[in-house]
Amino acid sequence: MRVSVFFTLFILLLSLSLFAQEVTFLAQDNPNDDGEAIKLEWVAPVTIFELVLARSEDNITFTKIARVTPLLRTYIDDENIEDGKEYSYRLAVINDEQEVEQYYFSAATASAQWFNTDKISLLIMAIFLASAIVYFILHARRGGRLYIRKISGLDTMEEAVGRATEMGKPIVFVPGIMDLDDMQTIAGLNILGHLATKVAQYDSTIHVPVCRSMVLSTAKEIVKESYLRAGRPDAFNPDSVYYLTDDQFGYVAGVDGIILREKPAANFYLGAFYAESLILAETGFESGAIQIAGTAMPTQIPFFVAACDYTLIGEELFAASAYLSNEPNQLGSLKGQDVGKAIIIVVLLAGVVLEMCGVHFLKDFLNLH
Amino acid sequence: MRRQIPMIITFLVGTLIIVSEFIPHKPFGNLSTTLEGWFLIISGFAIILGQLSLFKVNIIKIHRRTPNWQYYIIALVSFSIMVLCGILWGTQQQPGLLTVREGMLNFFGYKPFDYIFKYFFENLSATMFSLLAFFMASASYRAFRARSPESTLLLIAAVLVMLGRTTIGSTLTGWIPNSLNFLQLPKIASFIMKYPNTAGQRAIMICAGLGVIGSSLRIILGIERSYLGGK
Repeated sequence: MRVSVFFTLFILLLSLSLFAQEVTFLAQDNPNDDGEAIKLEWVAPVTIFELVLARSEDNITFTKIARVTPLLRTYIDDENIEDGKEYSYRLAVINDEQEVEQYYFSAATASAQWFNTDKISLLIMAIFLASAIVYFILHARRGGRLYIRKISGLDTMEEAVGRATEMGKPIVFVPGIMDLDDMQTIAGLNILGHLATKVAQYDSTIHVPVCRSMVLSTAKEIVKESYLRAGRPDAFNPDSVYYLTDDQFGYVAGVDGIILREKPAANFYLGAFYAESLILAETGFESGAIQIAGTAMPTQIPFFVAACDYTLIGEELFAASAYLSNEPNQLGSLKGQDVGKAIIIVVLLAGVVLEMCGVHFLKDFLNLH
Repeated sequence: MRRQIPMIITFLVGTLIIVSEFIPHKPFGNLSTTLEGWFLIISGFAIILGQLSLFKVNIIKIHRRTPNWQYYIIALVSFSIMVLCGILWGTQQQPGLLTVREGMLNFFGYKPFDYIFKYFFENLSATMFSLLAFFMASASYRAFRARSPESTLLLIAAVLVMLGRTTIGSTLTGWIPNSLNFLQLPKIASFIMKYPNTAGQRAIMICAGLGVIGSSLRIILGIERSYLGGK
């Protein structure tokens, strides 16, 4: 009984202290930005009906910028703020009869920072990874031996081109449906360079239907250069690389039509794919072609695995060009990536153990704000 | 020089983008947004190249009377109609060169471009998308064969998820008491999707992220030159 009375009194006192809390208001420069925002923070009792924030450049005339609730606690003012200029802020406490009860004032000067401290963990990881990659590139240049595991899908590429030549059928290369700003498209186009060289050497034919105009120009240039490198510039057909449409399913319809009409000996799907992946791969399967696919889209990988003969999963797509070039420089970078993978595994394990022990330092450090 | 200039530009732009990620101060802070804007402008102009390629390839095929050449005429006519409708009468958001007449709006209910988009294009797109269901069935039929221990595991996981995600799963295992509810099919399906599936996907994404970093470094440092047609 006595305990419950004490407990009730404690709760009552706690509530009173919360409700009787004083209003504090602070304006300060928003950290880690380009000097175009001021951060406003306040602590106010929850019983307050509303707060009105106003800004002034001369500390005389205030212009309302927002109506907020006490619970919000923070507001970022990024409307027309200039770097290096001082701004005064006023917090008006409004009661439930819409009358101003009290004003609170604060001032701050916006300033731009030269380093984003929120990204320090990203910088450290990037330095580690880049150092590992550069180290192994230099190691490979000095003639160090590197073991790179076999990637069956890429080893089969030459076989696929040979098969196409023997059968007198073309090869279809699909570089995904995204533009050049997607790294997967660039990785796909890098592989196209190697493939087109083989096609030129074997005197086979290649079709590269593309979905984006920028990819069209790049792919055309890559295929042309590959024919030149193979010593057969005369064999290059500029119409072998062509644009279909930017629309996802229009493009799929176009590529499916090409596969069904041309009956290619080999289909390559290397790039960024979405819902069209299975439609393309199944049509290719029906046509009886050897199919090699590669994407970093986790949701599309199962479809390619089910419908294609070989699938490059995630990082293999990005590693493909280095693997095919067989240059020590490029193979060294792959080894560097493996070291990066080992670092990530160690950090993940350490994070799991620390979290289980209730230590949140690593999670908070790695968290990007 | 033909190779060196693009490589120098790639190195400078790539380095600047990486540096700007850590420096919020002007001019670095909004550098990537500015470059993205440049990319959009260039791709806007590149669209013309795409349309020219489309016309050229189709006209060549019609001229050479390749098999099924009639379909290429349909493609070109459809393309021209859409372009003309867009330029002449505009779209819902954009006005065209001509004023849309009341009678035309009453008859179609939309501007001609929007009408064709809604009643032709959207249906054709939906038709292609719906093919996915059939292809999924045929691919699953091949993938879910118990040929090896791995494919047997795949088959079991797939059956559990499929049953757990439908009302059959709840009906079959609804009788299991709450104390053993982890044996109910919907719970098993949720577990598979939430833990093994998410772990696998994240592993792929982390490795792909590393691959992107590696590829980017190779391109920035000029080690990877396939995009220039070089080795």
